[in-house]
Amino acid sequence: MSSGLTTPTLIKDLRLEWRSKDAINSMLFFALLVVVIFSFAFDPIAEESRQIAGGLVWVAFLFAAVVALNQTWAREVRNAVLDAYRVSPAPPNSLFLAKAIGNFIFVCVLEALMTPLFIAFYNLRALGAAYLLPVVAILGTWALVVNGTFFAAMSLRTRSREIMLPLLLFPISIPAVLAMVSATSAILTGEYSPKFWIVLLVAYDVVFTTGCLLLFDTVLNAE
Amino acid sequence: MKRAFPIFGVVTAVLLSYGLYQALVVAPTEQTMGEVQRIFYYHVSSAWTAFLLFLINFVASIVYLVRRNTKADIIALVTAEVGVVFCTVVLVTGPIWARPVWGIWWTWDLRLTLTLVLWLIYVSYLMLRRFSTSGQTPLLAAALSVFGALDVPLVYFSIWYFRTQHPQPVVGGGGSIDPRMMHALLMNWAAFLCLAFMISWSRYRLERLRREVEEMQGLEALLEPRGVR
Repeated sequence: MSSGLTTPTLIKDLRLEWRSKDAINSMLFFALLVVVIFSFAFDPIAEESRQIAGGLVWVAFLFAAVVALNQTWAREVRNAVLDAYRVSPAPPNSLFLAKAIGNFIFVCVLEALMTPLFIAFYNLRALGAAYLLPVVAILGTWALVVNGTFFAAMSLRTRSREIMLPLLLFPISIPAVLAMVSATSAILTGEYSPKFWIVLLVAYDVVFTTGCLLLFDTVLNAE
Repeated sequence: MKRAFPIFGVVTAVLLSYGLYQALVVAPTEQTMGEVQRIFYYHVSSAWTAFLLFLINFVASIVYLVRRNTKADIIALVTAEVGVVFCTVVLVTGPIWARPVWGIWWTWDLRLTLTLVLWLIYVSYLMLRRFSTSGQTPLLAAALSVFGALDVPLVYFSIWYFRTQHPQPVVGGGGSIDPRMMHALLMNWAAFLCLAFMISWSRYRLERLRREVEEMQGLEALLEPRGVR
């Protein structure tokens, strides 16, 4: 299904990003702003911040991810690269996977850089099984990114597409966000088991990855 | 077909008034909740109507994705619009009922949250249809509708686990219901279904006419010789 095109497109995107650092810089700065503004808005003590940190972290990452997702296809629209993809015999899904994996890497880098800041600003210390946090992060990031990449391709064909993406992405992402936040809070407070939420995230990832792969061809070629 | 429309309108009006009479006069007053419980006949019938319309929207979207049939697309558009209206009625009458009975306007329980999320998904669906630039709109909308349908079970399970202590449903929740209440509810549901069908029908005709006019204008613009205006 995803033949030769995935890796070259992914490497091209990563190289472009490595040279310009547009997406990662704007995401980082945006997430940093969210962290600072939240800490002014709530001014939590250590115990409170353990309760609310799951929500704060993921809202910050969600907003920051939208910044990167909006830029996903912009590069391909310039010079009609996307039209070239469309007429080429390459399978559309390999293009989709390349874009989704690229976004996944960007958001994961963002999370890796922002997590120490969160820990420092909010004095966090996990009381539950901390080794599960990366699992939740990976599953949650993929859940955001796979649908985000798909909806970004969809909103390419709309007026004011930058606004359209979150309007489409957020309602569909509600169960994923709920699962990420609850799993993270469960791990940080150690009060209950995050198992159900991790299973739900896996189900969400499987369902929507399948959905995206089945429908991306239609959306890409919608003319 | 055109002649059937006013006849159907009269039937709907009669059913609606009969339903109102049943709900306000015939149905007995509920023992603990009192008169305010009568909003139930409108609340529940709107909810069932809205969910049915969303289901039709999903089926029509699938049909469109498979067959690329314009009629299916118009049906999907119309049912989403009317469904959002009925869903809004549910979300407005719910708090009016909840405030005197539960003492709160809103609670994040399973059915309330599920309805709200459905409403959000369908509002975003209508936004997409509104903002999308012509031509590809039906396909994108159909894809979004499928995504929304995939989302519903996940929303259900997540909220079910998040809030396990939800109040028992009034219908089918083990408790018995007075047959006169059931009758009033079913009458109102039938009336609301007729109303929804009537609005959808006229909206369907309007949308078809709109598209025809657009096509004609496009053709005229093509046929018109250049420079002559």
